[in-house]
Amino acid sequence: MSQTRPEFELGKDLVGLEGLSAETITGILDTAEPFKEISERAIKKVPVLRGKTIVNLFYEPSTRTRISFEFAEKRLGADTVNISSSGSSVVKGETLVDTARNLEAMRIDMVVIRHASSGAASFLADRIPSNVINGGDGQHEHPTQALLDMLTIRDRLGRLEGLKICIIGDIVHSRVARSNIFGLRTLGAEVAVCGPRSLIPVGIEELGVSIFNHVEDAIEWADALNVLRLQLERMQTGFIPSLREYNRVFGVTRARLEKAARDTVILHPGPMNRGVEIDSAVADGPQSVILPQVTNGVAVRMAVLYLLAGGKPGGAEAAKQEIT
Amino acid sequence: MNRPLILRGGRIVDPSQDLDGVADVLVSDGRIEAVGQDIAGPDEAEVLDVSGQVVAPGLIDLHVHLREPGGEGKETIHTGSHAALAGGFTTVWAMPNTDPPIDDPAAVGYLRLAARVARGTQVMPIGAASIGQKGERMTEVGELVKAGAVAVSDDGAPVWDTGLMRRLLEYTQTFGIPVLQHAEDISLAGGVMNEGVVATALGLRGLPNAAESCIVARDIQLAELTGGHLHVCHVSARQSVEQLRLAKEKGLTVTSEVTPHHLILTDEMCRGYNTEAKVNPPLRTEADVEAVAQGLLDGVIDIIATDHAPHTYEEKEQEFDYAPFGINGLETAFGLSMRALVQTGRLTLSGLIDRMSCNPARIMGLEGGALRPGSPADIVVLDPDEKWTVDPTDFRSKSRNTPIAGWELVGRVHRTLVAGEVRFVRD
Ligand SMILES: [Zn+2]
Repeated sequence: MSQTRPEFELGKDLVGLEGLSAETITGILDTAEPFKEISERAIKKVPVLRGKTIVNLFYEPSTRTRISFEFAEKRLGADTVNISSSGSSVVKGETLVDTARNLEAMRIDMVVIRHASSGAASFLADRIPSNVINGGDGQHEHPTQALLDMLTIRDRLGRLEGLKICIIGDIVHSRVARSNIFGLRTLGAEVAVCGPRSLIPVGIEELGVSIFNHVEDAIEWADALNVLRLQLERMQTGFIPSLREYNRVFGVTRARLEKAARDTVILHPGPMNRGVEIDSAVADGPQSVILPQVTNGVAVRMAVLYLLAGGKPGGAEAAKQEIT
Repeated sequence: MNRPLILRGGRIVDPSQDLDGVADVLVSDGRIEAVGQDIAGPDEAEVLDVSGQVVAPGLIDLHVHLREPGGEGKETIHTGSHAALAGGFTTVWAMPNTDPPIDDPAAVGYLRLAARVARGTQVMPIGAASIGQKGERMTEVGELVKAGAVAVSDDGAPVWDTGLMRRLLEYTQTFGIPVLQHAEDISLAGGVMNEGVVATALGLRGLPNAAESCIVARDIQLAELTGGHLHVCHVSARQSVEQLRLAKEKGLTVTSEVTPHHLILTDEMCRGYNTEAKVNPPLRTEADVEAVAQGLLDGVIDIIATDHAPHTYEEKEQEFDYAPFGINGLETAFGLSMRALVQTGRLTLSGLIDRMSCNPARIMGLEGGALRPGSPADIVVLDPDEKWTVDPTDFRSKSRNTPIAGWELVGRVHRTLVAGEVRFVRD
C-alpha cells in the first residue's frame, strides 16, 4: 500500500518551519501517518533507530515536549539521554559552544534542544555534525509543535490549504505561533492572530498574517483556533493588566463559540490555564482536539526523527511492518 | 624635532578651504608650513612622493571605545590607537565606559599618559557625565576638564534622568564642552535588535525607533531650555533625524553623528542570528538608512563617527541574546562610508572628508581638520580608488568583530601623520 509522494529534502536538522517547502512539510505530515498507528499497538516499537544515540538537551523545563520526544525516540528503538537544566553542567556556566563540542566528542547521533534563547537551535546545528531538532528556542520556533497542530487540523478538517486558522493570545512571546504561521502559510492556509496589541509583535502583518482585535471576530472568521497559553508573567511585566480581564476580553468561552456560525476546531498547545485563555467547557467540549494533539505529537516527532536519521519518506510504512 | 617633510605631488583635498587639486605640502615642527605648487623647502627636508594619492586632513573620530582600563581583552589604548591610525584617524575621542569608568581626574590623566606612550593616534578622553556612570550624581566636570577631558558622556547607557540631563547641559557651559548623549529610553529598551518584521520572524526582542527618538526629542527641548551643547551619538532612527532637523532650523547648539554601519546596513544582517550585526542602537530598516544618510547630506547630522566597539571572539560566539552589542569600526570606517555615500554618487570625496575630519573639528572647536599653514600636521594619505577586501585578521585592533568581513571596499588609507610624524604606513 505504498502511496506516491513527492520527493523532498529535510536536510541535516529541523530548526524551524520557516523556509521549508510545502513538499517537505507535507512529506513530514504524511510520514507521521503510519507512525500514529504504532502508538495504538500493544508493543509500541519500530526499531528503525536501533543503535542511535539521542540527547534531549533541555535548558528550559518542559515536561510535555520532553516526554513526547522521549516516547518517540524509545518507540523507534533509540538510546536516549536526558540532560536538563537542573543538576548538569548546563547550569554550571558551560557555554552552549562547549556543550556542543562535548556532544560532538561523544559521537551523539541526534540532539533535541530546548533553550530560552531564540536562535539556540541553529547555533548548535551550525556547530555540530549531529542532527539537531529544535524542541523550542526562545520566542523563535517550535517546529514539531506546529507540525502536530497541522496534522491534527488536517485529521479533523481533511486539508490545510484554504483553511482559516487564527492563533489567539500572547503572540509576541510565542514560538508556537511563529512556527504555525510559517508552516500554515507555506501550505496555503490563511492565518490570523488575535490578542491584545501589547502581545502582538510589530511587523507581523509583513509575514502575511492579519490581526483581529476582537476575539468574537476571530471566532466568526476561523475554521480552527489555536489558543495559546497565557503566562502569568505577562501580567507581572505589564503586558496586560490582569488575567481576569484577559479572560473577560479574550477568553475562548462556550458562549462566544456558540454565537459563531460554524463549528470551530479548538487547539491548545498546553499546558492550559483553564479559566484564563480557555474555559473548561471548551477545552473538554466536542470541538476540542487538544488530546488528539498530544497523540499526534508523538507520531510527528517519530516522523521527524526517522527522516533525519535518513529514513525514506515511503519507508515508514514498510518499517512498521517489520516487527508485526 | 623631526626633519621637515614635503608631501610631493598629491591631490590635496581640504574642504575646510575648498581645496581640491594637485599641490605639495610642507610640514615642519609638527605643523603645516605651506601648501602650494612646487614647494622647495629647506635642503634637509625629507621628500615623500605621494603623486596619484589623496592628501587630506587627518580623520577625527569623536566616538570610540578603547576598553582600557578593564577591558584589555577586547582592546587597549595601544591597539586601539594604532587601529585608528590604520583607519586614517589622527584624533579619536575615547568614551569613558571602561571598568572603572573614567569619572575622576586621575583616570583622565592615566588615559592621556597611556595614549602618549602608545604613540598611535591622538586620544582625547571623554569624562563620565555621572559618578560611576550610574546616572545619579554629576561628576566633577571642571576637574575632569582640567585633567584633559574634552566632553562628558555616560555612553554605553543614556543619561536617563531628565533633571540630571538638564543640569549637565547647564553646568558644562562654564567649561565649554558638550554633553554626548547615547539616546535610549530605557523603559522602551531591553531588546537585542531593531523592532520590526525581522525581529518578529527571528523571535528576538526589539528596540523600537522611538526608544531613541523620544530621548532625542526630550534632549533637544533641554538644549533649547539651557543653551547647552547637546551632541547626539550614533543617530539611527528616521524620527530622530526629523527632530534634529527641527533643532537645526531653530538654530540650537545641537550636533549629532552617524556611524558608517547605520549608513548602509539594515536589520536584515541579523538573520541567521548573526551576532556581528548586534549593535546598539541597532541596525534598522532601509527607510532609516535612507533618512540618516539624507540627514548627513543635508547637514542635519554633522559628522560620521565610528562607535568603534571591539569585542572578543568568545563574546560574540554566543546565543544572540547573550552576545554584547558592538561593531569594530575604525579600520573599515573610511571604506564603508565611501561605499555608502561616494560610490553611490551622493557625496563627493571632499564631502566625505568634510564629515569625517573638518566638521568634527569645527563642531568641537578642535585644531586640525584642515591643511592650512599653522594647522597641526595631522594628515592622511589615501587612495580613493583602491579596491580591498575586509579581512578582520589584518586588523590592528585587538578584536575582529565586524559584520562586513569579506566585503570588497573601495578607498584605502596608506599613510597617517600625527603632528608631522608618519605613524602609519601600509606595506
Ligand atoms: Zn552609545
